[in-house]
Amino acid sequence: MRTALKILGYQLRDIARNRWIIAYAVVLLALTEALFRLGGDGSRVVLSLLNVVLILVPLVALTFGTLYLYNAREFIELLLAQPVGRGSMFAGLWGGLVLPLAGALLLGVGLPFLLHARDGTVQLRSLLMLLGTGTLLTSAFTALAFLLALRFEDRARGFGAALLLWLMCAVVYDGLVLLAVTLLADHPLETPLLILTVLNPLDLGRVLLLLDLDVSALLGYTGAVFQHFLGTALGMGVATVALLAWTALPLALGARRFGRRDF
Amino acid sequence: MTASAPAILSEGLTKRFGRLEVLRGIDLAIPAGRITGLVGPNASGKSTFIKAVLGLVRPDQGSLAVLGHRVNGDERYRRQVGYMPQAASFPENLTGREVLAMVGDLRGADVARDTALLEQFQLGPELTKPVRTLSGGTRQKLSALVAFLFQPALLVLDEPTAGLDPVASGIFKEKLAETRERGTTVLLASHTLAELEEVADDIVFLLDGRVRFHGPIAELRNLTGFAKLERAVAALMRGETAP
Repeated sequence: MRTALKILGYQLRDIARNRWIIAYAVVLLALTEALFRLGGDGSRVVLSLLNVVLILVPLVALTFGTLYLYNAREFIELLLAQPVGRGSMFAGLWGGLVLPLAGALLLGVGLPFLLHARDGTVQLRSLLMLLGTGTLLTSAFTALAFLLALRFEDRARGFGAALLLWLMCAVVYDGLVLLAVTLLADHPLETPLLILTVLNPLDLGRVLLLLDLDVSALLGYTGAVFQHFLGTALGMGVATVALLAWTALPLALGARRFGRRDF
Repeated sequence: MTASAPAILSEGLTKRFGRLEVLRGIDLAIPAGRITGLVGPNASGKSTFIKAVLGLVRPDQGSLAVLGHRVNGDERYRRQVGYMPQAASFPENLTGREVLAMVGDLRGADVARDTALLEQFQLGPELTKPVRTLSGGTRQKLSALVAFLFQPALLVLDEPTAGLDPVASGIFKEKLAETRERGTTVLLASHTLAELEEVADDIVFLLDGRVRFHGPIAELRNLTGFAKLERAVAALMRGETAP
């Protein structure tokens, strides 16, 4: 544990100075500020940022996460040649990536909200939900990125798999759900749809945010099912736990792979 | 570990990557306190053997003990091991000083440090710059510092002088001889046979994942009838021995 924290500390110092992370924070900051200037109203900005968080955060976490692990290969070798256990190394690497990514999100989105807080249109709860969900998505998709980078020895294939996963979660998945609902309109679909939602971390993030904002028009089919059958409070609880599981499971599988692998 | 016990003891070590059999039963006892040169053509298993010693590669069969500890996933024996890889890579945005602090931190604060090499390489101002701005040679010097700084009992070096200029290379070889005087065991993989001739006591020659020769350089010369190590190793590769 102590070794993992030491590695995390040094990784943090390295990645916090990484220009891509800085660019990520700056883009989020500029976008949030622009939304404030254009739309003005804080609750509207939260709603607009929702899609940014749902689309951009998983994409950045997946692409940055896989490339990061491939690029760190020699460095991982060097550290594993020190008295460092595989588990500590893996935990330190992952923590050292999640914290700067989540930090960039909190800073990039949070700072403009702090500056515009005076106008009183921002509900603190909505903002915290947005940032919290963004952080959960960051941790789930970096864990998935690690798993993919460990699964594929070849970096082009690993990176391709990461992009494909993002495309599946962000775009294709919705289409498939819609297709299934249309084709099977005569059947009771609630339970399969609940399961389908749990199987897509990005959809879980969306449901979580929309249940909180109570924007039923944007909930979509899976979200509506969530609200209808589980209610808002239970629905949010289930979505949060499922999203946490999307971090824990890939991490556990990744750590196992990392422990057995040859470097 | 007694003084006569080997620093590295490998028995029947095998490793396969998919269909490729890289190590085919390595039996080797690397003596303590000597510099052993590891030679062999590309894909002969040198790197895989080195990585097995470091615990980076897990052998399929056989046993491996380093400094009296069985290599079985427990990382503690590596407190006594220093490693300099062929091409070192460090976190790009850390400075050299931070890299040294990191490795020191991971090895434990109580470890004695040998800062002589730091002064001899005259890296002072370079150590305050981020690693990404350093030249290949300077990175290699930093990598040498990482390996030597903590006075390990076993040094594992993979083509250490490949990126070093002649001056740095000279300093490095002197350092190597000095650490041997202190009783450090060195396992040194290199293609530069002239260099091995200069610094190594023993030679291990690997071919197709097997040990074809292990012994003092003089013995290799006698065996092949060639005075120059380069010729002697070439003769071994062709399977020739002196009549």
